[in-house]
Amino acid sequence: MNLRRTLLIALPYAWLLALFLVPFGIVLKISLSDMALAIPPYVPTLDITAGWAGLKEFFSQLDFENFVFLTEDDLYWRAYLSSLKIATLSTLITLLVGFPIAYGMSRASDAWRPTLMMLVILPFWTSFLIRVYSWMGILSQQGLLNQFLLWTGLISEPLTILNTNVAVYIGIVYTYLPFMILPIYASLEKLDESLLEAAEDLGCSRLQAFWLVTVPLSRAGVIAGCFLVFIPAIGEFVIPSVLGGSRTLMIGKVLWEEFFSNRDWPVASAVAVVLLLILVVPIILFQRNQQRQREQEQ
Amino acid sequence: MTRRFSWFNATSLTFGFAFLYLPMVILIIYSFNKSKLVTVWAGFSTKWYGELMRNEAFLDAAWVTLKVALVSSTLATVLGTMAAIALVRGGRFFGRTLFSGMIYAPLVMPDVIMGLSLLLLFIAIGLERGVFTIILAHTTFSMCYVSVVVSSRLASFDRSLEEAALDLGCTPFDAFRSVTLPIIAPAVISGWLLAFTLSLDDLVIASFTSGPSSTTLPIKVFSAVRLGVSPEINALSTILIVLVSTGVISASLISKRAIIRQRREERAAMAQ
Repeated sequence: MNLRRTLLIALPYAWLLALFLVPFGIVLKISLSDMALAIPPYVPTLDITAGWAGLKEFFSQLDFENFVFLTEDDLYWRAYLSSLKIATLSTLITLLVGFPIAYGMSRASDAWRPTLMMLVILPFWTSFLIRVYSWMGILSQQGLLNQFLLWTGLISEPLTILNTNVAVYIGIVYTYLPFMILPIYASLEKLDESLLEAAEDLGCSRLQAFWLVTVPLSRAGVIAGCFLVFIPAIGEFVIPSVLGGSRTLMIGKVLWEEFFSNRDWPVASAVAVVLLLILVVPIILFQRNQQRQREQEQ
Repeated sequence: MTRRFSWFNATSLTFGFAFLYLPMVILIIYSFNKSKLVTVWAGFSTKWYGELMRNEAFLDAAWVTLKVALVSSTLATVLGTMAAIALVRGGRFFGRTLFSGMIYAPLVMPDVIMGLSLLLLFIAIGLERGVFTIILAHTTFSMCYVSVVVSSRLASFDRSLEEAALDLGCTPFDAFRSVTLPIIAPAVISGWLLAFTLSLDDLVIASFTSGPSSTTLPIKVFSAVRLGVSPEINALSTILIVLVSTGVISASLISKRAIIRQRREERAAMAQ
């Protein structure tokens, strides 16, 4: 029994230590190393055979040079800021688009709701890359959106949307919409209808009742949805590289290029460490929100 | 109490679902377009599907992807279920906080960081990159998803059922096999399905951890997509969309039926 229990815990534990925690240690270490023309392309490398002296030598060579470099070159600053801006704005747009849908779902009849739920979840299962790609044909210069707008006479010249930040916003809102709808729907579904009636009996208009009862009671869902969109959007790589242009700056893309095009592993690692530090705050806030929600339910 | 379903609700649902589904519908329609120009309709044709079937590179990549997805999702299901049981039923053990942290962290970790860190690990230990390393990488992040799905099911069911089995003379292992496992089975299956589609879908982590001889389908699609829209990719996307949605819809119907049957049996048992 005890052997079984130990094994049950030890196996996944060891797996995660070896393939999740240790790799992070390596990233941290390389971010403090220097680039070199060698394989692997950085120094120093740890030489265990040299013993204690080797270890001391190894640590003495580590420094924060790469991080200083990140602050000096304004490309990185602008990339971090622009990722934050794009993630924040697209989270707000997703909220504006997602809330009415979640609200409509919570108002639908019981017979319809499982189907609507399925319809929201289904895009989540289909390939992310394909969903992003599907907008290329719509947003391009000769794309369907431009054809449609020209046909209606709203515009006389085709708009340039693909390969701009606008396309990135559309892509993020589109792909992360289910993450916004589901938590909001979950909190709206639990809402007690009699509270709204009470508010109206007490003289609220329907709009006031919505504003004073429905919106505050859906707060937990709204917060959860916003974090679920904001956190992955910051580190997004696929959307800016497929829909964005050469001038779209996002930190996930910078990391990728630093690694694959410039082959500068130490700088790529430093970019990753800073990205992680930026994400720590929203992740902790998100966890706290979830915790509070769980406690309220109990 | 009837819910007041207003015209505003109806409009937002209509526009919302149109927004969610139109791009994919358009993609599917244009995969049957005769013209090479993807935005001009020139008549119905299935020739791009034929082209796709003759494209060796795509078929090879599809095969690699399938192998990776099958092995990694199965491994992830075993490890993830173990992790869920350890977290929910394991009691206190050394480093439990770290363990649960490591389960939740990959869910919010950007793909680029996961990919980069795993690649640097593989290089540090001198592991040659290929199908094996992609499997290791995919197992690592999808086991966390499986564990979250399974542990929410484990936490919600009545522990006294297991205790009753133990009181009736089952060994803990028997109790697990004959009581716990059947109850968490739907969660384990949906965890596997989730792990499978996550692996099928992953571009970023696979790009970091794959070698030159082990290109997966998303990597192939991504490099084709960067050159612009192509009808062949439309055809491929259509096949994937149809396969995944049939799989997901039928899985959910089957599990719904299983739940109904379970309830009916419970009711019958109560009546006796």
